Amino acid sequence: MGHLLPATLAFFTPQSGGSPNANQIDSLFKVTLYIALVIFIAVEGGLAYTLVRFRARKGAVAAQIRGNTRLEVGWTVAAAVILLALAVLTFAKLSSIQDPANSSPNGDKLAGSSGLLYASAERKLPPNGKSLNITVIGRQYIWQFVYPGASEPDGLGAPYSYEQMVVPTNTTITLDIVSEDVVHSWWIPQLGGKFQAVPGYHNYTWFEVEKPGLYRGQCAVLCGRGHARMIATVKAVPPAQFDAWLAHQKQLIAEANVQAKIARAKLNAQTGAGQVENP
Amino acid sequence: MATMLAPVPQVVTHRAEREARGWTSWITTTDHKRIGIMYMVTTFVFFCLGGVEALMMRLQLGAPNNTLVTPQTYNQLFTMHGTTMVFLFVVPMMAGLANYFVPLMVGARDMAFPRLNALSFWLLLAGGIVFYTSVFWNPPEAGWTSVVPLANSQYSPSGGEDAWIYLAHLTGVSSILGAINFYATIANMRARGMSWGRLPLFVWTILTYSVLIIFAMPVIAAAVTMLLADRHFGTHFFDAANGGSAILWQHLFWFFGHPEVYIMVLPGFGLISEILPVFARKPIFGYKAIAASTVAIAFLGFLTWAHHMFTAPLPEAILVFVLISSYLIAVPTGVKVLNWIATLWRGTIEFRTPLIFCAGGIALFLIGGLSGVFLATFPIDWQVNETYFVVAHLHFVLMGGAVFTIFAGIYYWFPKITGRMLSEGLGKLSFYLMFLGVLTTFLLQHVMGLDGMPRRIYEYDNVGHLELYNLISTVGSFILASGVLVTIVNVARSLKVGVVAGPDPWRANTLEWFTTSPPPANNFDTIPRVRSAEPMKDIRREIERRSTIAPASGAIVPAGATQVGV
Repeated sequence: MGHLLPATLAFFTPQSGGSPNANQIDSLFKVTLYIALVIFIAVEGGLAYTLVRFRARKGAVAAQIRGNTRLEVGWTVAAAVILLALAVLTFAKLSSIQDPANSSPNGDKLAGSSGLLYASAERKLPPNGKSLNITVIGRQYIWQFVYPGASEPDGLGAPYSYEQMVVPTNTTITLDIVSEDVVHSWWIPQLGGKFQAVPGYHNYTWFEVEKPGLYRGQCAVLCGRGHARMIATVKAVPPAQFDAWLAHQKQLIAEANVQAKIARAKLNAQTGAGQVENP
Repeated sequence: MATMLAPVPQVVTHRAEREARGWTSWITTTDHKRIGIMYMVTTFVFFCLGGVEALMMRLQLGAPNNTLVTPQTYNQLFTMHGTTMVFLFVVPMMAGLANYFVPLMVGARDMAFPRLNALSFWLLLAGGIVFYTSVFWNPPEAGWTSVVPLANSQYSPSGGEDAWIYLAHLTGVSSILGAINFYATIANMRARGMSWGRLPLFVWTILTYSVLIIFAMPVIAAAVTMLLADRHFGTHFFDAANGGSAILWQHLFWFFGHPEVYIMVLPGFGLISEILPVFARKPIFGYKAIAASTVAIAFLGFLTWAHHMFTAPLPEAILVFVLISSYLIAVPTGVKVLNWIATLWRGTIEFRTPLIFCAGGIALFLIGGLSGVFLATFPIDWQVNETYFVVAHLHFVLMGGAVFTIFAGIYYWFPKITGRMLSEGLGKLSFYLMFLGVLTTFLLQHVMGLDGMPRRIYEYDNVGHLELYNLISTVGSFILASGVLVTIVNVARSLKVGVVAGPDPWRANTLEWFTTSPPPANNFDTIPRVRSAEPMKDIRREIERRSTIAPASGAIVPAGATQVGV
């Protein structure tokens, strides 16, 4: 329905264009907006007309009307019907917004191979079960993104990045959103809705980016003095480039771990064995 | 008769005690009118403080990456602003108006429990003082919703958060005691003949307001007690690492917080329902529908709290349930707006300041009501929640539903409270500035939110047109503030030089206009028998009837006398 919207009103819609779920929210918003605009114009217009038309004039006598049951029942039912229609539309669109779709054929081949093996009531996976699952960790005041591919059984050794999440295009990305301290909220407007990161809970969402590019967002729940600067960006790159980036990231982390091991050994030698542990 | 009696209203008081004077008479008073005045003055002072905090925030946001205030100060400002406006302005201002006018409107000589009434006021003032003294140390900075774990001692160690907790406790107890008092007064002390079907609609909304407070306030009291225990006594109610739940706080807070919205706007709806018929010279359209929709809103108001938590990890069943309950509550709310327009329809509308504030309030509230439908639709809420879209929404709701109706109430009842009229010219100027101010400040905030600007951020990058929108919004906030200032000047000026009002300057419908302006300490010497929902209309008609037959019968009854119709 987007093409029906006059250009002057286009600024009154949510951000979209990055991911199908954001586009679906946008189209649901537009339908709601059209309905709301009709009601807005009718009621505000009716109010203004009434105020002007029935202002006190010489000789005018106010009609002593106390009500009209039929009219009142009528508009109550009309209001309920409009809202019922809106509810039906929302529920019809819901699955296209919250259920992840399969990756496009030209998406990353990694998806699914190292992604999640199961779905739960809250965690939704695409129909074919294949997605790139990234854990989004909120902490004051930085976002961390942990990719699949842990080298150790306790989850250590997985590639990660801060602030900027790099993702392959045309690939379904599912997110596990968690927090390590206070409540944060993950939100990249062009890639769909926001979801709170609450300590002790997992929250889930998904997106799939078609066009390579940079998508900007920031924490949406007050998380302290640095809240305004808790920025997140999603950088969508072609799958091959993503694989290269991930491998590079893995290598950098492995190298850093080696360096850290050497430094720890050195420190332990200086201060006595076992004083400096792996954090 | 050689000389005709001038048609001035008069109330003869017998054996009335001399009115106490001096400041001690104020701090010891149990007179509902004096307590009402103290409520209104106190809460208006807090309104101005909250307004100044808002202006400071708007100044900071007037330019991108501004450094006028620090992030810490900014967080303190919006925490103080939100808390002040909710706990120290709107709710107690409604209590103040109700304190003064509910006994008068139901034909009672005071509230049911006058000393409890005084206690309610002093607890409110204590809460306000406890909260505002934190300004001299560390004001709270976790937002008016004090979301945990941010509000826990680990992340908010300062005593400001504790000041917020004590404020919630003291104003909560104040509200609960006041609510019980209102309920008892309305249930037991109505004039003879004032059945539930003849209760003024403002009194209906205060009755509902009271029930909402009695059910909702204990929940916030429990929640802040748990927070206090978590902060200082080693409990873990909201601490996930030790078996608690941060979501529990959100549930408890919003179980109070959503009914609180109706606690704030329902009395405003009542004011509109009182004022429109007076100036349209027409009975309210659908009295029963309006009273019933008030009760329906109050009931449904307890089922919709989780729509503030759509982005939290909740089961889908809850999202669906709350979407439906939130849509449902839009029906009685919408019905009210249509009833009001129908009340004006075919009336003879006199454009006095109270009427204009009501009409403007309806126009603004409608915008907030419609944006509320977007927020109730949870997939849309995922985009707009926690952004400036919500800030715009709640300000349209509260400006239209509460602030404009409170101003309508001030202009409508000032003559009764002081005996003098407020200036119409200044009143209208105040309205137009405030109306323009609200639109300029808040309309574009919808767009800011849609463009991705979260709320509660002290600075932003100039993405898109954010700088322009924010600048316009800042200018608007000062227009709005200037409108409020005009009313303050108007009140100060009219106290001395306002036109003397007489008992019934508006030719209104309800019993508060039966007595003098200001009313004597005992309100009424004789309490009239009520025969309809508009007793003053009946009384005026009776006076007119008797004054036309008076010369013939020889019994002199001055027109406008208040002794008849008893």
